[in-house]
Amino acid sequence: MTPLEFRDPVRAKELSAALARVVSEIGRAPVAVMHVCGSHEQAIARFGLRAGFPRGLDVIMGPGCPVCVTDQPEIDEGVALARQGVRLATYGDMLRVPGTAGSLADAQAAGARIDIVYSVAQAVDLARENREEIVFFASGFETTAVATAAVIVAGVPSNFSVLSAHKYIPPVMEIVAEMPGTRVEGFLAAGHAATITGSRVFEPFVERHRLPVVVAGFEPLDILAALVKLTEMIRDGVAEVVNLFPRCVTPDGNRRALDLLWQVFQPIGGRWRGIAHVPNGNLRLRDEWAHVDARQRFHIDVAVLCSRAPSTLARQCICGNIMAGIASPNDCTLFGNACVPDAPVGACMVSSEGTCRIWHEYGGIPELGEPICRFCL
Amino acid sequence: MCLGVPGLVVEVDELTALVDFWGVRRRVRLDLADEPVVVGDYVLNHVGFVIRRIPSADVQTTLSMYEELVKANTGRGPADLMAADVLGEIEAGGAGRPGRSGALGGAA
Repeated sequence: MTPLEFRDPVRAKELSAALARVVSEIGRAPVAVMHVCGSHEQAIARFGLRAGFPRGLDVIMGPGCPVCVTDQPEIDEGVALARQGVRLATYGDMLRVPGTAGSLADAQAAGARIDIVYSVAQAVDLARENREEIVFFASGFETTAVATAAVIVAGVPSNFSVLSAHKYIPPVMEIVAEMPGTRVEGFLAAGHAATITGSRVFEPFVERHRLPVVVAGFEPLDILAALVKLTEMIRDGVAEVVNLFPRCVTPDGNRRALDLLWQVFQPIGGRWRGIAHVPNGNLRLRDEWAHVDARQRFHIDVAVLCSRAPSTLARQCICGNIMAGIASPNDCTLFGNACVPDAPVGACMVSSEGTCRIWHEYGGIPELGEPICRFCL
Repeated sequence: MCLGVPGLVVEVDELTALVDFWGVRRRVRLDLADEPVVVGDYVLNHVGFVIRRIPSADVQTTLSMYEELVKANTGRGPADLMAADVLGEIEAGGAGRPGRSGALGGAA
């Protein structure tokens, strides 16, 4: 297998032509579809695909960045724990996400000990090598939550616990589909999350909302092909789940990973930053794992943080509307001015998977002219 | 933390595999692999865990599906833009050691 097979410019041009044809056959504009994955937006931006999309097609990034949708109270819990002197380990993108009264980075600057890890396994190693308490501040969708579940089931040292901000993707698609004013006519589902859940997990959603779903990979051809399939279904009035990422996604998903996931976590409702309360959208540790649940092990006092009002700038932030697909970064007065990667106001500017961060880095919809994508230049 | 990275398995023991990601070798855990992984397999890695063995037949299936969508010619991509990003991500993960601060963890 070579990844280059999925970046073949000849095939990309043909798929782009097919996409333009199908969108024109729909006969009205704009046709809006949503993807729910930061990696899709990164690939679209890196390869300059958006400039080659037909003018009648809006490809909107939904709430697909787990860091961005981590709500302030969850950040506040991490900040409060760190300020209480508990040593945290977390993924790098979590560091600068704004909480009510500052971020983990602010807490770190004030002396809190926070270790950045690439994998939860490293956080467990850290606990093995140290006698003090280590709390893993866990964020990410089901793809990442299964790794947290795996280390817990494999056995962790007694000084290791988890503060879970894990989220589960399928329920938020329901929220977006039911959002008043939504223009979304179909979804690209994230291939990595579907590697775990399987493509069948989307069938009830499709039946309920009569909206097509295509499971898509992350190479340029994966995305272009998925958009062709999705717009075909919109054109033909078909609402089905189609798996265009069969090299990684099966109908039933990764059974072993799912068994571990549901052995350790249970879905509960919770707020996603800027979006809404999402029923079953958060993953909390089951009661039998209370001994590794940081919320059970520590008294986390967030009241002192929450008494402070959000800044004026934060109140102008429209990250929620951007993640709901109602607005784009260009609609935000802060974007690129008061809110930049070095000094983010909203969560979407923090994470490398956030819409604003990606648009700031790559320019949103570059006017590339004739070439359909950067790698064809 | 959503970036899944495919790589080639070069060594396997009971619990882990050594995987080559575009020339960078990392040891990853096999807890989540849903079928046995052997040397020579391609696997999808996510935050240090194999989440899927990628059968080569399935790669062909994907490509055939695209050909069904558009009758395509053959050709080669001239540049591997994403590889640099992926390598950066893997390297940011360090050699299995957590970083104190500063550099991004690269998990996201």
